[in-house]
Amino acid sequence: MKPILKTENLTHIYSAGTPFQRSAVEHVDFAVYPGEFVGVIGHTGSGKSTFIQHLNGLLKPTEGRVLFNGQDIWSSARVTHETRFHVGLVFQYPEYQLFEETVYKDIAFGPGNMGLGAEEIDRRVREAAGFVGIGEELLQQSPFELSGGQKRRVAIAGVLAMEPEVLILDEPTAGLDPAGCESILAEIRQYHRAKNNTILLVSHSMEEIARNAQRIVVLDERHIVMDGTPRDIFSRAQELERIGLDVPEVTKIAAALRRRGIPVDASVYTTEALKEQLQSLKGGGAGC
Amino acid sequence: MLKDITLGQYFPGSTLAHRLDPRTKLMMVLIYIVALFCAKSFLSYGILALFLFVSVRISKVGFRALIRGMKPLVVILIFTAVLNMFYTPGHALVSFWIFTLTAEGILAAVFMVLRIALLIMGTFLMTYTTSPIALTDAIENLLGPLKRVRFPVHELAMLMSIALRFIPTLIEETDKIISAQKARGADFETGNLLRRAKALVPILVPLFLSAIRRADELATAMECRCYHGGEGRTKLHVLRYQKRDFLCILLTTLITAAVVIISRLGY
Repeated sequence: MKPILKTENLTHIYSAGTPFQRSAVEHVDFAVYPGEFVGVIGHTGSGKSTFIQHLNGLLKPTEGRVLFNGQDIWSSARVTHETRFHVGLVFQYPEYQLFEETVYKDIAFGPGNMGLGAEEIDRRVREAAGFVGIGEELLQQSPFELSGGQKRRVAIAGVLAMEPEVLILDEPTAGLDPAGCESILAEIRQYHRAKNNTILLVSHSMEEIARNAQRIVVLDERHIVMDGTPRDIFSRAQELERIGLDVPEVTKIAAALRRRGIPVDASVYTTEALKEQLQSLKGGGAGC
Repeated sequence: MLKDITLGQYFPGSTLAHRLDPRTKLMMVLIYIVALFCAKSFLSYGILALFLFVSVRISKVGFRALIRGMKPLVVILIFTAVLNMFYTPGHALVSFWIFTLTAEGILAAVFMVLRIALLIMGTFLMTYTTSPIALTDAIENLLGPLKRVRFPVHELAMLMSIALRFIPTLIEETDKIISAQKARGADFETGNLLRRAKALVPILVPLFLSAIRRADELATAMECRCYHGGEGRTKLHVLRYQKRDFLCILLTTLITAAVVIISRLGY
């Protein structure tokens, strides 16, 4: 399969040529394939935010290339502009970019910029609002009258309505309560299943990434240091800890159980999987 | 793009320019501005430029930072220069349609640009070497006598320090909002003037909202710490003049006097 989005030797240097020069990403080779759900993890300052802003052409690489469907996104101004519709980026705290009078108009901003017809825009707005659980009755309200969680959903819908082939979400759950987090993540999973498009979820919560992503990319000190399935990544718990990241709580419990001589798989990363293993150890799988 | 605006930015350091009392620096800048408006010849501008040059060298700020700060004002400089060139009466050099270029005009333009450039650089040198807090302290202190006539000096100083404090924050915020709207396909670079003005709405609305939200949060935070204005409020760092402060003010005053005398004598 051909990668939908690819970076070759991507390097970005801020304030190049001044005494304040510093690099944020260095020589990153990365490819993502259609339909994948990739988790991107790394602590503050690891370069993940700079990295994702290259994927839709908001930042221009100092060195290296970014390819969308095999085409360099910087080959012309038009291609760069259009890449932003193919690769949707939801920023951190996206609710602060709402500006229109009504929720409907705000969600329609992206599709409107694409130059679509009124009917197509209407279909996309309603569909996108549906995915994030914004009901019809809210569409004509002012976005500023909504609650924090609803505002964030409207902002996410604003990007979904562009129907991007690749959707990148930068910490979509930051600052929400656990219930709000889970419902947004569930909506994203559902969207992924329905559209079967490509998703990059950026987070610093291992738990969140573990439950959703099929593949995990770990950034540290401007480089991709690990790239693999959750199982691969979480079996390298010590390396993760060395770069200041954590493994999910469940994986820690599994490791502790192993140390006490219970033969469970130490790279298990969901509660369900651990429960299953424990039950099969008990014999027969009868409930606890 | 917006990161080029360095207004109100402080470069920490420990040179003489940094250690001077902020009141001294403020007065020096005021006196310097008076001198700039008195200067009428290349000799006097030369003296003032030299004075600024030496001050910048002492401060170790670096001319590049000063020039970078000037960037947003280039349009104003060009505008002033062009207006002066064509609207000063005198000996006509070139004349076309309703415009007449005069020798006096060119001279006036050069002086005006020099005056504005030196004025801005001098002011920037002060803000680069003085932390905003020290600066507002100085203003509050210098305006102190006005308290007698019930002028809200402390409140004014507080307003200024808050405004200065939030400039970098708002710039960062603006950058973020621009990126977010660009990610939704917003286009700020093409189209006619009306279209470009309209394209600013998606930036300005969120920016204003966030400024109001920040103001609200800050007010709450200040109230939580029992802020109730300037009455009875004491300072952690009390400003005291040193010998070097008197010397610097004396020097600036002497240079200004020299410039005034030179202009009077007509050199």
